[in-house]
Amino acid sequence: MSKIGVFVCHCGTNISSVVDVYKVAEAAAQMPGVSYAAEYKYMCSEPGQQMILDAIKEHGLNRIVIAACSPRMHETTFRKMLKKSKINEYLLEIANIREQDAWVHPPGEEATEKAIDLVRMAVAKVAKNEPLKSSLIPITKKALVVGGGIAGIQAALDIADAGHEVVLLEREPSIGGRMVMLDKTFPTLDCSACISTPKMVDVSAHPNIKLLTYAEVAAVKGYIGNFTVTIRQKAKYVNQDICTGCGICEDKCPKKVTSEFNKGLSDRPAIYKLFPQAVPAKPVIDRETCLMLQNGKCGICAKVCPVEGCIDYEAKDVEYDEDFGAVILATGYKLVDWGGMYDEYGAGRYPDVIDGLTFERLVNASGPTEGHIQRPSDGKEPKTVVIVKCVGSRDPKKGKPYCSRACCMYAAKHAHQILDKIHGARVFIFYIDVRTPGKNYEEFYDQTRKDGAVYVRGRVSRIYSDGEGLVCQGEDTLLNKQVRVKADLVVLETAMEPNEGAGELTGLFGASRDVNGWIQEAHPKLRPVETQVGGVFLAGACQGPKDIPDTVAQASAAAAKVIGLLNQDEMETSPMIAAIDESKCSGCGACEPICPYRAITLETIRSREGRFTNAERVIAKVNAGLCQGCGACTVACRTGAIDLLGFRNAQILTEVDALWQ
Amino acid sequence: MAIDKTAGTAPGAMIGLSADGTEASAPKILAFCCNWCTYTGADLAGLNRMKYPANVRVVRVPCSGRVNPQFILRAFQKGADGVMVCGCHPGDCHYATGNYFTRRRFMLMRNLLEFNGIDPKRFHARWISGSEAAKFRDTIAEVAAQVSALGPNTRYREER
Repeated sequence: MSKIGVFVCHCGTNISSVVDVYKVAEAAAQMPGVSYAAEYKYMCSEPGQQMILDAIKEHGLNRIVIAACSPRMHETTFRKMLKKSKINEYLLEIANIREQDAWVHPPGEEATEKAIDLVRMAVAKVAKNEPLKSSLIPITKKALVVGGGIAGIQAALDIADAGHEVVLLEREPSIGGRMVMLDKTFPTLDCSACISTPKMVDVSAHPNIKLLTYAEVAAVKGYIGNFTVTIRQKAKYVNQDICTGCGICEDKCPKKVTSEFNKGLSDRPAIYKLFPQAVPAKPVIDRETCLMLQNGKCGICAKVCPVEGCIDYEAKDVEYDEDFGAVILATGYKLVDWGGMYDEYGAGRYPDVIDGLTFERLVNASGPTEGHIQRPSDGKEPKTVVIVKCVGSRDPKKGKPYCSRACCMYAAKHAHQILDKIHGARVFIFYIDVRTPGKNYEEFYDQTRKDGAVYVRGRVSRIYSDGEGLVCQGEDTLLNKQVRVKADLVVLETAMEPNEGAGELTGLFGASRDVNGWIQEAHPKLRPVETQVGGVFLAGACQGPKDIPDTVAQASAAAAKVIGLLNQDEMETSPMIAAIDESKCSGCGACEPICPYRAITLETIRSREGRFTNAERVIAKVNAGLCQGCGACTVACRTGAIDLLGFRNAQILTEVDALWQ
Repeated sequence: MAIDKTAGTAPGAMIGLSADGTEASAPKILAFCCNWCTYTGADLAGLNRMKYPANVRVVRVPCSGRVNPQFILRAFQKGADGVMVCGCHPGDCHYATGNYFTRRRFMLMRNLLEFNGIDPKRFHARWISGSEAAKFRDTIAEVAAQVSALGPNTRYREER
């Protein structure tokens, strides 16, 4: 038997000047199930709350309706208040008679009538409310950061500095990502390696960070606070504990393959460090190209290695499970394969048409040419360089519809570096627009133009060889003329796209991606570093094209979110989640794909079905840690077996009915 | 889907008719609003003291995707003259994909209502974000005017 108490708030005069609160209280007292109704000046105030608590005791109330401001305002206040009483805090409904009544209607009959209606709906609903209990889930105080680029490095350092354990996982043999490949960074022209390698060393030296390189995520189970991640440690074939990193094996290795890090501008041995400043500074054997591992003939590295037993050709990949409370995805980007998209630019036929990252290696002091800009075909210093922007970006037909954001700035930087390093060089930059939104960015662009870079507004339609050299043909849309530029070197500033394998990884964690494959943030403005999966966060260019300052800022933001989560010992989960009536569930599975959180799984249970005492049947199960309580599944359920606690079908219907009683 | 067959049989005045049984002018509109966008937008309209017709009643739901088409039929059955389902803009759903289901579901719902002789103008699915207080106000006014022009809904109303 429900004994409902209705408490009508004046909110000073906010409500009472429009709504006849006395009349509302009187009407409420007559509603079915209501045994007490009162009004008061400020319900949320200390005496107001005390009045409610006293009334609960005095009249033996077991459900409460408060007609006041929006539940978004004080629902939690009154729930907290109810914790001091015997009433479960979910046996409470708020009738919003301020924001959605007194403040939007003129004083009079209509507003009062609406208030009475809203109270009647709340009374009807509260009668069907049931006590709910939020459960506490423990939180594993360890974070996993996937991706060891600058985003992952920054996030790992921030979390570790806050005192939490971090595992930084990188699939390459070294952390560093794209940033260590760059030469200088705009607009300050800091040496990229000089500012990123110290951070890499910090990571390897930090007591709270466990660095896993050459490793991948194989599987993920669990939910916020309680992820179990299966990590696949690829065999390195070099015992990392005893290797001294002397490098003799690298010198002596007879097999040479193209260096990915140097973008094909140089070779590397099969036993290799990604680059000289790699962290960890110990080599791995690339099993795809190693002669010993492929043919069983060679073994030179083991012979020359001064540490006995360091090289182990028998090593195997190892998979193991590790528990985490939170995850940051920082998988970064790669540049599009422009060759496949732009046949008119030679599709890779001309060695002197290169992309921006290759140019970075070419101009890098620690690169294959030691920073001398030499064109790949003949090693000559180019005198005229054409830079083409938006190759693959802002091109919905052939490439990507979006702007890759960083290219305008690094195009200006490339121009600056060419003009700086090559005496008498000429640089032509073909552009659609110049976008320089960032601190000191416009100034840098301006300076580059003053240095002599020629900006030509238009797209390059064709790059071809006239027998002597490359010719870039395009339209100067400001002059409305076709132009041809003879170039010694062409740098294409190509679009960023999600990194290889980012899609599968995102899928493993249950997060989603947008139309372009970037990881989808929970809210584009207000929750930019969270995915819609609780406990899974994102940082850096995996969410969309970004430059380094934005990436680092986002990484620290994601770290702050993780620290906030890991600072708690346990987490209260909302009890307003989906619940399944097993006796009604037919196991059809219609609810399973509709759940955006993958909280519903089908399981086989044994139960008594008629004369079968141990019948096997399939039913749906809701994972309380994953379910966020949206209720999408309830509508899909054909048998009505799934219902949403706190917003049950019966509760919503009774609200609808109450309106017309 | 549990529908309580016994509910709603209690005697009471039919909305849309005044006490003496003549047609009243103000139609009754029921709006299912998602907690994260439209309900917040409605609160913001209050905060900004915007005025809109008083004949709308809001039912708060976690997500527009929570709204079962049967709720809408029930509202029409009980005497609603207009029903609205309001949520976040597609792509902005708090629960990532809820309003995509809403959108598909209620495209069909309109057809179903029309097939059953309920003017689809009585039913509206709208996207109103938490910051669009003015849009909430304007939408309510617009729907109220449309429904008002149609007169009371008698098609499925239970005779009581």
